[in-house]
Amino acid sequence: MLLSILLDMSLAIMGAGIGAGLVAIGAGIGIGRIGGSAMEAMARQPEAAGKIQTAMLIIAALVEVIALFGVVVNFMISLG
Amino acid sequence: MNSRILKNNHLKVRSIFLAIALGLLFFNFSFAQSESTVEQAEEAEAFNPGDMIMHHILDSHVWEFWEGATLHLPIIVYSKERGLEIFSSANLYDEHHNPVEYKGYTLEHEHIVRTDGVHVYDFSITKNVAALFLNSLVMLLVFIAVARGFKKNAGKAPKGIQSFFEPIIIYIRDEVIKPNIGHGYEKYVPYLLSLFFFIWFGNLFGLMPGAANLTGNIAVTATLAFFTFVITNVSGNANYWKHIFWTPGVPLPIRFIILPVELIGVITKPISLMIRLFVAISAGHIVILSLIAMAFIFQSYAVGIGSSIILVFINLIEILVATIQAYVFTIFTSVYIGLATEEAH
Repeated sequence: MLLSILLDMSLAIMGAGIGAGLVAIGAGIGIGRIGGSAMEAMARQPEAAGKIQTAMLIIAALVEVIALFGVVVNFMISLG
Repeated sequence: MNSRILKNNHLKVRSIFLAIALGLLFFNFSFAQSESTVEQAEEAEAFNPGDMIMHHILDSHVWEFWEGATLHLPIIVYSKERGLEIFSSANLYDEHHNPVEYKGYTLEHEHIVRTDGVHVYDFSITKNVAALFLNSLVMLLVFIAVARGFKKNAGKAPKGIQSFFEPIIIYIRDEVIKPNIGHGYEKYVPYLLSLFFFIWFGNLFGLMPGAANLTGNIAVTATLAFFTFVITNVSGNANYWKHIFWTPGVPLPIRFIILPVELIGVITKPISLMIRLFVAISAGHIVILSLIAMAFIFQSYAVGIGSSIILVFINLIEILVATIQAYVFTIFTSVYIGLATEEAH
């Protein structure tokens, strides 16, 4: 019974789809928080806008990579 | 064509072209003919986006630039009793691109195997290796030109290609390497600059159509991470090792908890570098190719045009990611070296 559920490919693909959605939520929250904080910081200190923007882009890229972990894992799952 | 170039071989540039031309000859550059029958056979099969994407992401013995333009790369295998053998990978495929046997060798999921089951060592120039050579060649040409320009225009304004790369080199040195490594950063500058430009060029070349996925290959990123591991631990001073094995300033029982954590930390630092670069570049390719595949799945003009517009923006983001990943790899390597060479305070 359990084995037949585990070997069911369609469930795996469904799981990959749900996982992709969860990853998008996580990355959205992460990048949104970074962007929001950076906007606030730039509004408070416009003269430091350049530095804040560079740091923001780098941290956003780090968060994005975590989201891309999800993409790769889900891609692998859906291939079987 | 080659003999004509030989006759006019006055310039150094010509000899470089000759080398490339001979290389291409050796690689057995062939425009495959009678593709129409193959195409019909392929169209009969259902379009599988997963296979298409994996074909683009993974390494291969042939370099397919576009439909019909295929570069068959050389296969170099070594086995004890038969010695070194070199032949073109074109011998291993029939005209329908199915693997066939040649001299007792055959391809099994893009791996060379002997049909009699004897183990062989594979030193083949695969697609990624060829891309690595190409990347190194471009880097050599660019940076020799930059170095020459720097020597010639010493004290004057930079000229030509130098004026593009010199600010980047200065930026990486002054904003990335110097603040993170601190005292004695000079001896790490050449390696870290090469690292940055190697990853950057690799990422950008990988984004070109028909190019190999060089920095999205885990073997390449693992090698780069291994270099970081070796450099960090070889340049680690007594203070660094003391902090790992006998952390000062904490009670004795805590030291036994910290020790395994620190030891794991030594290995996870380069592993995180390896996985970050591999995933960022591979997933970028997967996202781009999935959007391309959308047009073929739906087979409609509306979806095709829509996904093309999104693709333009995704590609622009990928160019940004290519730069940021090279920057992040360099900055983390400098931070790790900086932690290892920090003096006690």
